[in-house]
Amino acid sequence: MDFSALAFYVFAALAILASLGVVGQRNPMYSVMLLITSFGALAGLYVLLDAPFTAVTQIIIYAGAIMVLFLFVVMLLNVPREEPAPALFATLAPHGLKIGAVLSLILGGEMVWALKRLPRGWFDQDAAAQSVSSVALIGKSLFTQHAFAFEATSILILVAMVGAVVIARRGQPS
Amino acid sequence: MITLNHYLILSALLFAIGTAGVFLRRNLITMLLSIEIMLNAVNLTFVAVGRYLGTVDGQIITFFVMTVAAAEAAVGLALVIALFRHRETLSPDAFTALKW
Amino acid sequence: MLILIPLLPFIGFVVNAFLGKRLPKSISGGLACAAIVGSFAVALAAVWSVVSSHHAMEQTAFTWITSGELSIPFAFRLDNLSSLMILVITGIGSLIHIYSTGYMHDEPDSEYARYFSYLNLFAAFMLVLVLGASFPVMFVGWEGVGLCSYLLIGFWFKKKSASDAGKKAFVVNRVGDFGFILAMLIIFVTFGTLDIQAVAAAAHSTYTPETAGIGVITAATLLLFLGATGKSAQIPLYVWLPDAMEGPTPVSALIHAATMVTAGVYLIGRCAVLFSLAPITLAVVAAIGTATALMAGTIGLVQNDIKRVLAYSTVSQLGYMFLAMGVGAYAAGIFHLYTHAFFKALLFLGSGAVIHALAGEQDLRNMGGLKKHLPITYWTFLIGALAIAGIPPLAGFFSKDEILWRTYSTEWPAFHLLLYGVGILTAFLTATYMFRLVFMAFHGERRHEAPPAHPEEEEPVAHAAAAHAASAHVAPSTKHGTQHAAPSTQHAHGAHIHDAPPAMAFALIVLAMGSVLAGFIGVPHAIGGNNWIETFLEPAFLAPDAVHEAAEAVHAGASVELMLMGLSVGLAAAGIGLASYFWLRNPAASAAWAQRFSGIHRLLLNKYYVDELYDAAIVQPIKGISTGGLWKGVDAGGIDFAVNGVGLGVRGSSSLLRRLQTGSIRVYAASLFAGAVVVLGYYLWR
Repeated sequence: MDFSALAFYVFAALAILASLGVVGQRNPMYSVMLLITSFGALAGLYVLLDAPFTAVTQIIIYAGAIMVLFLFVVMLLNVPREEPAPALFATLAPHGLKIGAVLSLILGGEMVWALKRLPRGWFDQDAAAQSVSSVALIGKSLFTQHAFAFEATSILILVAMVGAVVIARRGQPS
Repeated sequence: MITLNHYLILSALLFAIGTAGVFLRRNLITMLLSIEIMLNAVNLTFVAVGRYLGTVDGQIITFFVMTVAAAEAAVGLALVIALFRHRETLSPDAFTALKW
Repeated sequence: MLILIPLLPFIGFVVNAFLGKRLPKSISGGLACAAIVGSFAVALAAVWSVVSSHHAMEQTAFTWITSGELSIPFAFRLDNLSSLMILVITGIGSLIHIYSTGYMHDEPDSEYARYFSYLNLFAAFMLVLVLGASFPVMFVGWEGVGLCSYLLIGFWFKKKSASDAGKKAFVVNRVGDFGFILAMLIIFVTFGTLDIQAVAAAAHSTYTPETAGIGVITAATLLLFLGATGKSAQIPLYVWLPDAMEGPTPVSALIHAATMVTAGVYLIGRCAVLFSLAPITLAVVAAIGTATALMAGTIGLVQNDIKRVLAYSTVSQLGYMFLAMGVGAYAAGIFHLYTHAFFKALLFLGSGAVIHALAGEQDLRNMGGLKKHLPITYWTFLIGALAIAGIPPLAGFFSKDEILWRTYSTEWPAFHLLLYGVGILTAFLTATYMFRLVFMAFHGERRHEAPPAHPEEEEPVAHAAAAHAASAHVAPSTKHGTQHAAPSTQHAHGAHIHDAPPAMAFALIVLAMGSVLAGFIGVPHAIGGNNWIETFLEPAFLAPDAVHEAAEAVHAGASVELMLMGLSVGLAAAGIGLASYFWLRNPAASAAWAQRFSGIHRLLLNKYYVDELYDAAIVQPIKGISTGGLWKGVDAGGIDFAVNGVGLGVRGSSSLLRRLQTGSIRVYAASLFAGAVVVLGYYLWR
């Protein structure tokens, strides 16, 4: 087995295990940490896919900014460990876990089954050369073909900033 | 050899895990984290298929997805903070004002 | 010019209806009288022109209905028959209007004006009826007079019996109108037109008399006759007329004696061509007319209310008119209509004068001895009574005799001799009950007290009635009883009773003269006259293009005619004599006879229980179906339930659906998830 295949399996396993941990952990702090791990694994996968720019962006934005934000909130709110399920929907609650698990399995199974029916998609080796110089290509495409979306996204960020400040502000405006 | 199918199956699994997390967890923040997992799974799909087709569009889409995810995480966390101030709890079951 | 004839009273109606409240009585009454007198003047001019030119006058007011092939103009036509009718309507109408100014004088201004507006409206509609050139126009008038009859019968609507009587009249009339409408439909379908002249021409040229079975013409004419029975109070739809006496007496005189009730007779005369082609219908008409005449005559014999006697007398005389129409003697029927208008109006107005003088008393048992107090009333009344009894040379003799002669001498229907017998018996009864009325009211001892200050105070009257029980009929509770329909008189008449005031007396005298003289236009050939009215009216009963046939060969037997004349006069005199025995010379005998035949007496007093029969057989079942079935079942149960049910359904379903709003985020997420699974599965499956 060559290096890329091994790397793939390693990163994949790491991502899945970390995600499972995020979902299964009771302590939110641990969840956040595990998610950062998962993002790291995904960044490795991006590198394997000849998308270094995306990998770096993943680390910077996701792991560096968003997760830090989560951390701040978790520490600010002093989020406690999660309690056991309350007696809401008394009839269904005991089975909630089971139902959710079943549904998830079904969903996952559906996807796998569907995907398996696709013909094997081999990656084009020649295209690998193109994607190496992907940063310049990405930049060029962003600012010409997708310029409108680019600008719109900036406005979106502005709106999100203002919204976050307004919503999280303490007290009523006078 | 690693084929596109491997990546697609992987992202499908990640997506399922994320969905399960949204459904199962009784903590608002953890639910948001699960949503991030889902978004990441989708990102992986895009990049993989973009690589398969030999274009750069997959990465461009991921660029936008990340931006949107950041914005959404920010606003979502602001909401969580506001809600927490109301009820001193982060369990979604406590917020039933929309109940009939 | 023709339009003016109904238009003038209509204008009078409009003015009085809208401005009457503010007008003093002299103006509103004067205006109404001016309208009808003006109409009379125009009518005279129009009739003069028609008679002198021997040509009918026509005028169209406007085009009323145009729909596809159907075109109905609002057209009037004045020929010989309608000439006579409009003169009767406007002439006697004018007299009654003038009379009413005196009779209704005690009413408040607004009521006075309302009365005259209705009276004018009635005259307008009646004129439209007789002048109408097509069936729909005639029907407008037909319905209109029915409406005015309702309004005027229920004039004192605050009194329940009056408003009930008005409703009864209208509803019963409606049954007849249903027949009229069906007949119109049949005629339209058969002939394609509704213009009376056109229909007559088409029928005459296309059809032969339908002797075998019921054909189209017979069906149409039978339905027309049904309408006529409603309007002219024949069996089976006569029940409204006696109750209609709740209205003011001039109304009874005008509408229920002289004009509206004659509309049915007029209808048959107008459609004479059609009726001549349907011998079966004619037989039915004659039979019903005769039966009604006899029945009403017997009932009138024992009634105690002065107006009821006259009402039944009207029904009976109308029966005579229908008998005449039934044997094909159309001119004789119209002739009797004309003379009857005079003396019946006179009798009613005279009774009105009596009622007015006695401040509302209408029971014959409480009258008597009025001859010396009300001379004008008495003598005019007597003339009217003699006329109706058929004593020559007064008007009634000529017309009634013509009818009886024609009944005797005709060939159709086969049972005409039976009809003659019943007719002559009814003539005897007519004389009897009419003079019973005269003797009880005007002769004998005075049984009434001076009219009390308050009309409700009936004790003196009741005492008098009890004391004179021997002279009154022992009658069980009567439904019509002593209904005081008089306006509230605030002033007592004191110890003396005053005779008719000038307005009323004028009308009485003119009508009395008419009753004497009116008959001379129809003196039969047998006693030397030229029967002018028959020749005058003849063209109206023939089809437009028919050959003017010579007078029917019933001249044969002039001696028979004279004999029959003598017989009828003799019977009339016998009737008067009988009445004088029982109610003038030996009042106790009438009470004794009433006791002996108490069963029959009660039967007659209760009008053969026909009203009760109708109520049980028709009214109650309809009420039952309407209340139980249609109201509770269909309306409340069905329609309301459907409408409310929609609301209930929405409420129920929404109370179920709202449970989806659990407010729990996790449930929402779960449902999203489940939905996504389903949709994805579906697409993957395909």
